[in-house]
Amino acid sequence: MEIRSSCRDRLMTTQLQGELDHHGAKGLLEQLEREIDACLPRQLVLDFSAVSFMDSSGIAVVVRARRRMDTLGGTVTLKNVPPQPRKVFEASGVTRLVKMS
Amino acid sequence: MKRTENYVKIEFMSRSANEGFARLAAAGFAAQLDPTLDELGDIKTAVSEAVTNAIVHAYPDELGRIMLKLRLSAGNTLELTVRDWGRGMEDVEQALEPLFTTGGAERSGMGFTIMESFMDHLRVKSAPGKGTTVVMRKRIATRLASGK
Ligand SMILES: Nc1ncnc2c1ncn2[C@@H]1O[C@H](COP(=O)(O)OP(=O)(O)OP(=O)(O)O)[C@@H](O)[C@H]1O
Ligand SMILES: [Mg+2]
Repeated sequence: MEIRSSCRDRLMTTQLQGELDHHGAKGLLEQLEREIDACLPRQLVLDFSAVSFMDSSGIAVVVRARRRMDTLGGTVTLKNVPPQPRKVFEASGVTRLVKMS
Repeated sequence: MKRTENYVKIEFMSRSANEGFARLAAAGFAAQLDPTLDELGDIKTAVSEAVTNAIVHAYPDELGRIMLKLRLSAGNTLELTVRDWGRGMEDVEQALEPLFTTGGAERSGMGFTIMESFMDHLRVKSAPGKGTTVVMRKRIATRLASGK
């Protein structure tokens, strides 16, 4: 799992790539939080288009990102979520916490 | 219990690198039922949750042994069993509740909830110090086009 972020005009877009499981998510929470702290965005967009698999490990990543953005008074949006991760988000109620576009 | 048509038993070390392997093994075995992409996704997700639990919770400070059994029974039913000989649980009822977790910030307490919603049947047996067995079942609908 790899992430790549861009930060412009307080909009941070993070591209996630690969399998977002326990193995792939190692160190990801910390990396994402560091990048949020460096950018201080008003809006964080997590782009899931290149996520080939996701389990509950992805829920923790989104919930943590949302919490960080709450303290900054910003929002989190999930973009291009493929069917398999989408089903995991729906089953866990995350769709009530963040916007999915 | 319906007649066994086929089964595979795999044993592996509780290394996180094996999470992906376990998913692929389950998906590969399930292929003979001609599942839809959606059903395959459900199977992979459920296996991933149970195997990750064994790696993370059963053997928190050591490497242990995990067994994955894939079984096909009459009536197009796939049964997945994930067994460990690790720490076990005091209270299975509580562990099954949504959001209950003994894990850190990387866990959300949704694993069992996901297994329950993606599979037709979930049973968990556990004893402290002895280990845990998770059995899940899913019926795969026969499709007309499969020609079998
Ligand atoms: N194989 C196991 N051995 C020992 N304890 C377990 C095992 N599987 C689950 N548990 C216990 O049950 C709890 C709930 O498991 P569940 O998978 O629902 O959530 P989680 O693993 O904590 O978080 P998530 O799956 O969302 O990452 C765990 O926190 C742990 O205490
Ligand atoms: Mg879990």
